[in-house]
Amino acid sequence: MQLSTRHLLGIKNLTREDISLILSTAEQFKEVLQRPVKKVPSLRDVTIVNLFYENSTRTRFSFELAEKRLSADTINFAASSSSAAKGETLLDTVNNILSMKVDMVVMRHSASGAPHFLSQHIPAAIINAGDGINEHPTQALLDAFSIKEKTGSLEGRKVAIIGDIMHSRVAQSNIYLLNKMGAKVTVCGPPTLIPKYISEALGVMVNYNLKETLEWCDVANVLRIQLERQNQVLFSSLREYSLAYGINRQLLDSLHKEIVIMHPGPINRGVELDSDVADSKQSIILQQVENGVAVRMAVLYLLANRNN
Amino acid sequence: MKTLLSYNELSAAIEQLAQRLNGNHPDINDVVFMGVQQGGVVVANEIVAVLEKLRPGQKIKYGQLDITFYRDDIRKEILAPDTMHIPFGIENKIVVLIDDVLFTGRTIKAALDALLDYGRPAKVELCVLIDRKEHRQFPIQADYVGATIETSKTDKVKLINNEVVLVGN
Repeated sequence: MQLSTRHLLGIKNLTREDISLILSTAEQFKEVLQRPVKKVPSLRDVTIVNLFYENSTRTRFSFELAEKRLSADTINFAASSSSAAKGETLLDTVNNILSMKVDMVVMRHSASGAPHFLSQHIPAAIINAGDGINEHPTQALLDAFSIKEKTGSLEGRKVAIIGDIMHSRVAQSNIYLLNKMGAKVTVCGPPTLIPKYISEALGVMVNYNLKETLEWCDVANVLRIQLERQNQVLFSSLREYSLAYGINRQLLDSLHKEIVIMHPGPINRGVELDSDVADSKQSIILQQVENGVAVRMAVLYLLANRNN
Repeated sequence: MKTLLSYNELSAAIEQLAQRLNGNHPDINDVVFMGVQQGGVVVANEIVAVLEKLRPGQKIKYGQLDITFYRDDIRKEILAPDTMHIPFGIENKIVVLIDDVLFTGRTIKAALDALLDYGRPAKVELCVLIDRKEHRQFPIQADYVGATIETSKTDKVKLINNEVVLVGN
């Protein structure tokens, strides 16, 4: 049993079997994380660099913890405190790091396609930890793992992705994954934040009405409004966004069923989610974070020795 | 495929292993049984079933140990893990590891590594159905052996359809 790919660049080029293998392996790693000794020796001779050209708390910690739980050696790179600030190119930086015998690269970059570019020039296995507005594959995998854990299966599950679809790599990776695994997807948000041809291009349904969307879905994956990725103003104000697309207790209670609430973090409390929703028992936001470590362990484990 | 132990011989070996385990552990509450994935679990299921008959009304603690993440050949080949199921503490217990075939000893070495991540047992014993004694690569011996079989190093010994067979290579 092995993955069909040497790198994890995106969900787009994974097969259904790859996704199933990652999710089932992650289940075993989740068990590891419940033990008195939460660590296995699997990657004890593997060195991994975490290359973060863009800020991150959750994803970087999660990867680092996953690497440590697998006994890998890790080094961390943050663009702001490195020679990248002196003008070194991405490829030069990575080649210099690899010459110190590094086996795997976990990479986040603000440019879409940066890890794909790198994969054509270096021998190490690359794991995309988010590239621009393209993909964030490990987030989609941990979301899928959490949905499966909470509701039993992905097949036929109705998932709504709500918010800034246009600038969201989380949305794109989630859509690829849910489609491949037989779930149904509706995207919901203001028309200015939903790409015009998304339903033809990615095979999802579009609904601009939040209440209708919530009434339809089993799971609502609520995205953060990404102010840092918007060059122009696409909605009038955060307050207006919150009035039309924010999820609050009153709205959830008015539905005819109980849905599961997810969020990839960090939450803008009071904008896309109110605190009494984010912290309620319907929310699995913290389980997502917990599952993230197990899922990333599975990805690292399955890609670790594909270069020999 | 050549049959090494027939169904009847296999059942007798299991029965005899269970009898000896039962006799050596008067207080079964101190003992936990652990089948090593995957072949060891098949054998352990049988042994535990016999033990439950020998100790009616007593709860036999039984778990499954998966060694995938502890293998020493992990750089050569990636294997998908099996289920780890240890629904009890092993601290200060006598742990009986059960496996189907003891060959190089590497599996048991990995099983010991895995086991110790769950706590510090008072004692660990090893029970195997088949011992391929002459091929050991680690200083590991079993406390309970169903049958010792002479094989060549390249032979593959497997438990298939309730028989122990020699699979051609």
